[in-house]
Amino acid sequence: MSEPILEIKNLNAGIEGKQILKGVSLIVGPGEVHAVMGPNGSGKSTLAAVLAGRDGYNVTGGEVLYYGHDLLDLDPEERARRGLFLAFQYPVEIPGVNSTYFLKAALNEIRKAKGETELDAMEFLALVKDKMKLLELKDDLLRRSVNEGFSGGEKKRAEIFQMAVLEPKLAILDETDSGLDIDALKIVSQGVNKLKRADNAQLVITHYQRLLNYIVPDFVHVLVDGRIVRTGGKDLAFELEAKGYDWVTKGEPVPA
Amino acid sequence: MSTATETIEGLVQQEYKYGFVTDVETDSAPPGLNEDIVRLISAKKKEPEWMTEWRLKAYRHWLTMEEPLWPHVHHPPIDYQKAVYYSAPKKKGDGPKSLDEVDPKLLETYEKLGIPLKERERLAGVAVDAVFDSVSVGTTFKKQLAEKGIIFCSFSEAVLEHPDLVKKYLGTVVPYTDNFFAALNSAVFSDGSFCYIPKGVRCPMELSTYFRINAANTGQFERTLIIADDGAHVSYLEGCTAPMRDEHQLHAAVVELIALDHSEIKYSTVQNWYPGDEQGRGGIYNFVTKRGLCKGRGSKISWTQVETGSAITWKYPSCILLGDNSTGEFYSVAVVNNFQQADTGTKMVHIGKNTHSTIVSKGISAGRGQNSYRGLVKIQKSAAHARNFSQCDSLLIGNQCGAHTFPYIEVKNTSSSVEHEATTSKIGEDQIFYCNQRGLSTQDAVNMIVNGFCKEVFRELPMEFAVEAQKLLGVSLEGSVG
Ligand SMILES: Nc1ncnc2c1ncn2[C@@H]1O[C@H](COP(=O)(O)OP(=O)(O)OP(=O)(O)O)[C@@H](O)[C@H]1O
Ligand SMILES: [Mg+2]
Repeated sequence: MSEPILEIKNLNAGIEGKQILKGVSLIVGPGEVHAVMGPNGSGKSTLAAVLAGRDGYNVTGGEVLYYGHDLLDLDPEERARRGLFLAFQYPVEIPGVNSTYFLKAALNEIRKAKGETELDAMEFLALVKDKMKLLELKDDLLRRSVNEGFSGGEKKRAEIFQMAVLEPKLAILDETDSGLDIDALKIVSQGVNKLKRADNAQLVITHYQRLLNYIVPDFVHVLVDGRIVRTGGKDLAFELEAKGYDWVTKGEPVPA
Repeated sequence: MSTATETIEGLVQQEYKYGFVTDVETDSAPPGLNEDIVRLISAKKKEPEWMTEWRLKAYRHWLTMEEPLWPHVHHPPIDYQKAVYYSAPKKKGDGPKSLDEVDPKLLETYEKLGIPLKERERLAGVAVDAVFDSVSVGTTFKKQLAEKGIIFCSFSEAVLEHPDLVKKYLGTVVPYTDNFFAALNSAVFSDGSFCYIPKGVRCPMELSTYFRINAANTGQFERTLIIADDGAHVSYLEGCTAPMRDEHQLHAAVVELIALDHSEIKYSTVQNWYPGDEQGRGGIYNFVTKRGLCKGRGSKISWTQVETGSAITWKYPSCILLGDNSTGEFYSVAVVNNFQQADTGTKMVHIGKNTHSTIVSKGISAGRGQNSYRGLVKIQKSAAHARNFSQCDSLLIGNQCGAHTFPYIEVKNTSSSVEHEATTSKIGEDQIFYCNQRGLSTQDAVNMIVNGFCKEVFRELPMEFAVEAQKLLGVSLEGSVG
């Protein structure tokens, strides 16, 4: 068996003294798609934030290995350069900073970290053109400031576009489906699917089974109150949709 | 305590890159100021009687004036008797006839500053007048300019060689009675640049001056006078640096611009005087009077400034729009970090009909820096159909800095329009994290956001200056987020 990309062992974490993750364990191998579902406030975004290295979260127990290395020890930019990507639930606007310029700088940081040469403006534009087709992105978005004034759906689509350009090893998609209309949902999911390869992995956070019709997970985890209370195949999502979270919380917790 | 907050509080640990001292023998006046010192300065420069008299009048007027208290800055009282008012590198014989005669150590200083005069002369097509402490050390490109009838020389030289022009225009835009620092400058100014573009001539290259304060306890008081005759065009760049010293040093310059009919003067400054250390020790007090007179019809004066240095900056490059259809512009980026204070802005005085002015001010505050924008838009009764647009944006980095705006608007007729927009924003931790998550370091993220914020001003700068300004901004804000 090949080495897992991500290994979360009994992770305990919180913010401002409040315990939110209460012993999360999860293994993500190459080529796998994992879905994390769970009620509002259960800690899904917190898990994503801790993995991406957002400031202000305290890890009080457990460990996280990324390609066998201690992930929590790395600065957020270092994690990103090593191929960890977070598609934000609420993408941030950066007025004055051109989207294309921003993404080129990001890609070149990642390329530098990999020991590859930086792309110049022409090479970068060629690459971008290609990826834009994948997501049917309006090219005026790229001429605007990062996320500034983008509609909710445009922001989400732009996140996946960035993912397509940066080609991460581990992509964490935090509720990328919320805010997308049904056509956009299809386009974005198809985009995500095309980015799937044997050597990368996706961790998809969602509330709705709907998304999982398009992005078919190998595993579904149910996070309730900071714990994974159930893990199963894609059918688990259907069951959840039909029966609600109450059904899992009352059932036997299954350790991951 | 979160580490992102530390990030946003901490990045300024970069040392001032230009803080070297050049070891040259200097010829200095004793500290202090009195009529004898004024006479001494004038004598050192072999000035004619009328110039000496003008200085003395200014000095006597200065004695009657008080240092202004209205700027939003704080500093201990300045002891004007402690400063040295004249300091020149000692030279052999009568002064340099060409660059080859200039003290190689001085030239080295400029090399370190990234302005190799010789290089520039050969490659860059920028004519540089370099002012070191109080004297102008060499002007490149003089010959090429002379062929077009353009005069570009040190102020001292202009007094001797072109007295009629100097007499005609000196003090006509900034009279010595104007303000405390202008009066002081008028009494003791040591050198600076002079530039005259004749009728219909478009200056074929950017003209530029680099100012540097080297000697300890020396005040620097340059005086610049630029005249664009009918239909002439000129773009002028000014750069400044000073070595690190624990003592505060005074810089009180005066710049006068005169634009005649349908002429255009573009004046760009990148000011990087030593800002003082992280504790607020040392640094330049930069008290400068810059004013342009759009005297002719359809004339235009445009100020662009990037102010990153100095402990205290007090500066309002202004335009008096006297000629009908004349235009004034002011584009400014002012950065304060650590304990720096800036009170800067502009005055646009509309007198002629159909006069237009544009003000774009970008203030960036980090550390414990305090940044104030102070602007006056005055539209007189005679200025029918005048228009002004002002935009004042402030960007805050961290929680201990401040941004303040003091816009004053006076409109005396009903056909004119004035628009004022102002915004204040903050570099948020969520923005930094978003950039980090895409692989960008915090420093790069801050630079990117700050450069984006300043874009409208940077694009007004000549190309190579814009690049320099961006780098400078990066250096100034290093450590503001960490
Ligand atoms: N800065 C904070 N201070 C205090 N509590 C916080 C903070 N950030 C998150 N929380 C709390 O942590 C809990 C988990 O939040 P999180 O955002 O991880 O939930 P989620 O599972 O992503 O929910 P949703 O489905 O609504 O996105 C919530 O109760 C939330 O209020
Ligand atoms: Mg969430």
